[in-house]
Amino acid sequence: MTEVAQIDPFVFRVSIFVLAIFVGYYVVWSVTPALHTPLMSVTNAISSVIVVGALLAVAVELGVEGTTTSKILGFLAVALASVNIFGGFLVTQRMLGMYKKKQTAAKKES
Amino acid sequence: MSVNLAALLYLVAGALFILALRGLSSPESSRRGNLLGMTGMVIAVVTTLFVARVTDVTTWVLIIAGMGIGGGIGAYIAKRIPMTAMPQLVAAFHSLVGMAAVLVAAAALMTPQAYGIGMPGAIKTASLIEMSLGSAIGAITFSGSVVAFTKLQGLVSGKPVVFTGQHPLNALLGILMIAFTVWFCMTESHAGFWSLTLLAFLIGVLIIIPIGGADMPVVISMLNSYSGWAAAGIGFTLENTALIITGALVGSSGAILSYIMCKGMNRSFFSVILGGFGGEVAASGAAEERPVKQGSAEDAAFIMKNAGYVIIVPGYGLAVAQAQHAVREMADKLKAEGVKLSYAVHPVAGRMPGHMNVLLAEANVPYDEVFELDDINSQFAQADVAFVIGANDVTNPAAKTDPQSPIYGMPILDVERAKTVLFVKRSLASGYAGIGNELFFRDNTMMLFSDAKKMVEQIVKAM
Repeated sequence: MTEVAQIDPFVFRVSIFVLAIFVGYYVVWSVTPALHTPLMSVTNAISSVIVVGALLAVAVELGVEGTTTSKILGFLAVALASVNIFGGFLVTQRMLGMYKKKQTAAKKES
Repeated sequence: MSVNLAALLYLVAGALFILALRGLSSPESSRRGNLLGMTGMVIAVVTTLFVARVTDVTTWVLIIAGMGIGGGIGAYIAKRIPMTAMPQLVAAFHSLVGMAAVLVAAAALMTPQAYGIGMPGAIKTASLIEMSLGSAIGAITFSGSVVAFTKLQGLVSGKPVVFTGQHPLNALLGILMIAFTVWFCMTESHAGFWSLTLLAFLIGVLIIIPIGGADMPVVISMLNSYSGWAAAGIGFTLENTALIITGALVGSSGAILSYIMCKGMNRSFFSVILGGFGGEVAASGAAEERPVKQGSAEDAAFIMKNAGYVIIVPGYGLAVAQAQHAVREMADKLKAEGVKLSYAVHPVAGRMPGHMNVLLAEANVPYDEVFELDDINSQFAQADVAFVIGANDVTNPAAKTDPQSPIYGMPILDVERAKTVLFVKRSLASGYAGIGNELFFRDNTMMLFSDAKKMVEQIVKAM
């Protein structure tokens, strides 16, 4: 019997990537233009999920050559990404808190 | 934690990020969307901590210190930043994502065993390609965003920097970078990695310096897109679904915003990239000899109080003068007089997509009074007064009538159709595009020469 050919996991990742681009395309077009600035700040925050890579670098076991450098690079990346995560989500929250409807805005005034 | 469970949790995080963006389709659902995004981030981080099996104290200290320092700085900035400074803040944040991508790629090169992509000296070729892409795009994002930040912050002039041989030089460096990438992927030479990364830093600077101040909304969106592709590149290296999904989302989001901004200015994406447009061009003095009708704050107050429908057209000048609160006060007085009131916002009214909406929201203007160009343009014909404040090029009829004009074809707000146009402006100087506005000299236009904030305050007093 011939062996069944396995699909390289890379192909699956490319599939996810391509489908996510399509999802992104449709989701972003449905964002109201009034919220384009919060859109940018929140995309900024979520792209900092790159912190997962940084955490793996920090967690590397010391010993072999290059691991100390890797730990330091990882630490810097964790710090940079954290600025973005906290800053991005919080500034978005602050901005979104400002958008009020007529009635609620009037209530706040009185 | 099993690899499969981790992969599923990363998928959940990715899905939550999609929902975070989906929430932005309306202001009501947006706040919950943002919370979902935060939840996704927590899931991704916690999952990674389990996957990494952190046991030693040093590592925990490093992680907590890194997150504490970075998070503290981020939270402080988020709390304190004025809304007018959002464009430069976003540019700064983009640069951090870019830098983080470079650092992670470098760490993956030095200790591939931590990521399960091979051993040092024997990394899978596919991983090397992904690594070089992630690092190169990350580096371009970093230095490009730093340049954009300095321009937006006013640290350097917004003038485009152009020199002869610029494009051939860029092309040459681009080819060189591809050569370095091939060298690196064939040999896994660390020198190759660093050369391609350093070159990418240089290219990032070179592609942003020729782009002028007026095109900054496109630049920020473009860098937003780049930061996404960099994240996706790293996501492939780390074989991490959350990163791949997020990278794709952010990449396409930035690309769409760039497209919307280009359309708002009627500029092709390529002409923006090639640059040289939108510096501080000297005003053409010829047209300014013509007579204009000039009014005072009292005149303006009288006209508006007796109007049935007033449309306020704010531009970036409003934000520069910090007049948004005064404008809202004026609007409240008008509403008390029974005047119907709307705000008309042009896609490129601010310095980044949607910037003017945030500035108005900050001044407590209800968002259901603020309309986009397509929704309000037909209403100017019914309006008694169009109150233009701090805007210029986006109202210039030359965009419709004069094929010679540099802004010809740009969608504009049809303010000239209103019965009276009130123009608050410091002088007759031209806007960013460096062209005079014929609207100033029309019979139904009244110019209110003053600083935007002072003028509005005087109008409020006169009411």
